[in-house]
Amino acid sequence: MKERKIISVTVLNEHGVLSRIAGLFAGRGYNIESLTVAPIPDTNLSRFTIVTNGSTRVLEQIVKQLYKLIPTYKVIDNKEFVEKEMALVKIPLDTNLSGLDALLKGYNGTVANSGENYLVLLVADDSKRVNNFLKAVKKFNPIEIVRSGSVALEIE
Amino acid sequence: MELTGSQMVIEALKREGIKTVFGYPGGAIMNVYDEIYKQNFFEHILTRHEQAAVHAADGYARATGKVGVAFVTSGPGFTNAVTGLATAYMDSIPIVLISGQVPISMIGTDAFQEVDAVGISRPCTKHNFLVKNVNELPHILKEAFYIARSGRPGPVHIDIPKDVTAQVGKFEYPEEISIPTYKPTYKGNAKQIKKAIEAMRQADRPIFYLGGGIVSSNAAELVRELVSFTKIPAVETLMARGVLRYDDPLLFGMLGMHGSYAANMAMSEADLIIALGPRFDDRVTGKLSEFAKHAKIIHVDIDPSSIGKIVKVDYPIVGDLKNVVEQMLPLAFDKIDSSKYENWRELLRRYDQIHPLKFEDSDEVIKPQWVIKKVGEIVKDRAIISTDVGQHQMWTAQFYPFTYPRQFITSGGLGTMGFGFPAAIGAKRGKDDKIVINFSGDGSILMNIQELMTAVESKIPVVNIILNNNFLGMVRQWQTFFYEKRYSSTDLSMQPDFVKLAESFGAKGYRVKSKDEFEKALKEAIDSNTVSLIDVVVDRFENVLPMVPAGGTLYNMMLEYKD
Repeated sequence: MKERKIISVTVLNEHGVLSRIAGLFAGRGYNIESLTVAPIPDTNLSRFTIVTNGSTRVLEQIVKQLYKLIPTYKVIDNKEFVEKEMALVKIPLDTNLSGLDALLKGYNGTVANSGENYLVLLVADDSKRVNNFLKAVKKFNPIEIVRSGSVALEIE
Repeated sequence: MELTGSQMVIEALKREGIKTVFGYPGGAIMNVYDEIYKQNFFEHILTRHEQAAVHAADGYARATGKVGVAFVTSGPGFTNAVTGLATAYMDSIPIVLISGQVPISMIGTDAFQEVDAVGISRPCTKHNFLVKNVNELPHILKEAFYIARSGRPGPVHIDIPKDVTAQVGKFEYPEEISIPTYKPTYKGNAKQIKKAIEAMRQADRPIFYLGGGIVSSNAAELVRELVSFTKIPAVETLMARGVLRYDDPLLFGMLGMHGSYAANMAMSEADLIIALGPRFDDRVTGKLSEFAKHAKIIHVDIDPSSIGKIVKVDYPIVGDLKNVVEQMLPLAFDKIDSSKYENWRELLRRYDQIHPLKFEDSDEVIKPQWVIKKVGEIVKDRAIISTDVGQHQMWTAQFYPFTYPRQFITSGGLGTMGFGFPAAIGAKRGKDDKIVINFSGDGSILMNIQELMTAVESKIPVVNIILNNNFLGMVRQWQTFFYEKRYSSTDLSMQPDFVKLAESFGAKGYRVKSKDEFEKALKEAIDSNTVSLIDVVVDRFENVLPMVPAGGTLYNMMLEYKD
């Protein structure tokens, strides 16, 4: 039985730390659904949010292996997270835009940018809802879509 | 104190008490070698290949328990060393490897002898460093030694660009070190230990499954005490040979693919497995779904990721074995009645009598197992034994009478051919009072034969015994069993004259075709106190038995092979 898991990893922000984590997943055959990383302000630390999937035993190993890396400070996995992912969608203006307002409203979306021939829509929500939004937005014939991968913060 | 990067390296080694290093110079590491030349605190042994330098440091570490140190240059010097790193990593051996790198300004330009060394060493080291600033170097050196020897030990690699070795910086070597992100757990959880002892008390058929972690944590004395008090039978992994004496009545031999029948039956029929520092390797467990089906499992290991990785564990205990066993002992004295397991011991003794480890000796041809037993009879505990990889390795593990930990030096996890001889060189340097004998095969020995020069030059008397069957024997055995005797690329009939080969390096060479000749050659080789190589012509088609075929079950061993 495969399950999805969010793992938040706090590491020392030093040379090669991204390759240590990415290499760990590649080398041991673990899946990465998404991975985001940025420094934590005013510290020498970075925070990774990794979304992965696997059997219970594999997920347990992933957490242990992450913790085993020397620069790993903290691994948070079995908490409740608030999870957000961002998507940008470029749609052409020469398409029928009726219903777009309602769709954006439904997903707390905004128009992030616009040009002569296009609009760029932005939504930030949990992964499932972003999926749903992207399905719904198809009828506006999107030219390009980009997703950010999840960031997550534990809320307990 | 103001020092250059190179001087810092030397100074750090002094502070770490390093007496011997192994290595091979080259462009990017020359500044360091210049400082090595100027100092006389430690000895530098020039190997003839970088792989051998790391294996020698590894053998030194395995024999002494101290950190082994090796130096190599950038590019090919480093890539040659990678097999050594991977070997040490798989067996959790503490090593610090220092490699040269092209100057910082040239990194990333595909410069001469440039390779992304830390990128390559990352998955086969415990940790690695690329030094970008000379002021970081003292701290990195300290951390490297600390990381290598603490927790679950392992190799650490420091890559130093050439310009950093020339730059001058402030040298302050920390006495103590603390890495906030790295805190191994040394003490076992008292509650868990209590539960484990209770499980041992309740069990009817418990078995100690002893692993290499006992050797790493120098816990063999305590384990011996625990075993002899509880009288719970024990089996050893390849890496744990010598933890118990070979003649300990509670030891039922090695388990796994070429383990003893009694050991594998013990694992299969036990109701409690007390795993002290093993890692449930596939060569040990056989088919996982059938492994120790009736048993609850206690697993003690300092590395949490080792616990539950392969099998479900009922009583996980994270901690240094030395501490955990120390914590276990008083509870065991209090709770455990050793007479409870007498029926179980009796059953295992019977298994051992039904199918003991055996081989059919012959007077026409030398059997490889006879050679190993004979060496054991002659040198006993006076020798440290290393091996290469293959049939001879398994026979050594089966038939040599090991009596103490660190007596047996072998590449267990990675299974590196060419390991034995350089590792023996390192072991001899670390343990000069011991005879050091390397058992090898006619395949393995050629993988680092150039080290004859190292051993002769540095006057490191190692006895090499080639069990020569003109085959890559272990692969040949599998081809016999599983590939209908299609001997694809395993026939080594074409061979050098090993006697002349040895002599050309200034070592002693012997070729032996009879038992008498062998005993004579061995005595002569040992007494000569020089580097030697004894080429023993053995039965070409001898198989390592018993055997659990890959993916087979432990209780269903192949006990003999009939053509």
